[in-house]
Amino acid sequence: MGLTETSGAAVFEARRLTKQFGRIPVLKEVDLELARGRCHVLFGRNGAGKSTLLHVAATLMNPTSGELFYDGKPLAELTSSMRAKIGLVSHQSFVYADLTVRENLEFYASLYGASRDVDELLEWADLALRSGSSARSLSRGMQQRLAIARALAHEPKLLLLDEPFTGLDAAASERLNNLLNEIKGREVTVLLATHDIERGVAIADRVLLMDGGRIVFDATGATADIVDEIRRLLLETSSPRS
Amino acid sequence: MSPYLRVVIAILRKDVRKELRTKEIVSSMFVFAVLVLVVFNFTLALDETRALELGPGILWTAFIFASTLGLNRSFAAERENQSLSGLMLAPVDRSAIYFGKLLSNLLFILVMEIFVLPLFVVFFNLNVWEILPGSDLAWFGLVLVLGTLGYTALGTILAAVAASTTMRDVLLPMLLFSFAIPIVIAAAEATRLLFDVDPLSGPGTWITLLAGCATSYLAVSWMVFEYVLEE
Repeated sequence: MGLTETSGAAVFEARRLTKQFGRIPVLKEVDLELARGRCHVLFGRNGAGKSTLLHVAATLMNPTSGELFYDGKPLAELTSSMRAKIGLVSHQSFVYADLTVRENLEFYASLYGASRDVDELLEWADLALRSGSSARSLSRGMQQRLAIARALAHEPKLLLLDEPFTGLDAAASERLNNLLNEIKGREVTVLLATHDIERGVAIADRVLLMDGGRIVFDATGATADIVDEIRRLLLETSSPRS
Repeated sequence: MSPYLRVVIAILRKDVRKELRTKEIVSSMFVFAVLVLVVFNFTLALDETRALELGPGILWTAFIFASTLGLNRSFAAERENQSLSGLMLAPVDRSAIYFGKLLSNLLFILVMEIFVLPLFVVFFNLNVWEILPGSDLAWFGLVLVLGTLGYTALGTILAAVAASTTMRDVLLPMLLFSFAIPIVIAAAEATRLLFDVDPLSGPGTWITLLAGCATSYLAVSWMVFEYVLEE
């Protein structure tokens, strides 16, 4: 193993990761390891750097400095085919409004050459009855489920979720919660950014809190103490640009 | 099939399927091109000789104005719901996105041109079989494809550049018209020579220039597209 390689236990690792937009630093020397098959939940105020961290981890953005490792290998040594291991659910659904639900899933599966049965995905996301509807006609909750199904179409090993509960009603949130628990059972590594503290802690194996572009809290397990601690820290922490 | 080719074809098929459903790109380009021809037809009131001289310029003006409209629309669809980011997650070199979009844009523009050409002949009262006899028609087809390929190759990369800016609707025509001058001149000149205004000159030089421009724009776009997306 080379000096720059990790032990291989981590699906993803960031070392001294920095990202700046112009002169504004959004991520400041972030060090993070995501353990295989674990659910990591990321909290933080708006502007703390959560979405940027997820986008950099998804390779949609280049870091300003620092190193990224996937399955122990530095990003620079990997080919673009490594992106087949990553699934991202962002604020936006990435789906095509004029295509049907089925066509969207078929399209994204074809990008990856995925052999996964689209009917199975539709059943899993409870969208089988709407498979012929255009994505534009779906409710917010359905669109979110479609976005998650899209991200899972190629069976990624690293799933990055950016505030997936936003805009969902109680029933849809519960359904998403069940989906995430099911994903955990499939040995998929999850990094989930959310503002929903109770729900996030409940599904987390590890809890992280970002503030001002840095990870300022890192704990494992889901206890009532952690919920209180996160809530207290969120009230105390300052926004990165203030 | 290689993963790269698979992504190129998937994007082409997706765009064609979407266009067959919405018909927004080809129809808007067609209407715009026809309007340009109508305006020139009525304002210039050309006789047959002048139509042969000025017609090629007018035809290519209509094509590039209308194509710009379509090129702008093609990346608008990728902006909605940030679908472009979804494409960027595909596990292949990101230039595959460029070639997928290029092929769909090329197809839509060529379809528009095929529908506009008969109207151009009618509006300017040209006898196609007389001005483009035998092999000249095939040469004209080559000019049409090379000119459109060069313009689309350039337009697709610039549409991707403009898509990430707030001034995208203004920026694309400004950049595209500036950089496409060699293509437009070469295409119009080659067409004019094929229309036999000057029987002593052949269109060979202009066709070579068109082929050179198209190849250069394709090569440069292939090299810089990933950088354009990431920045």
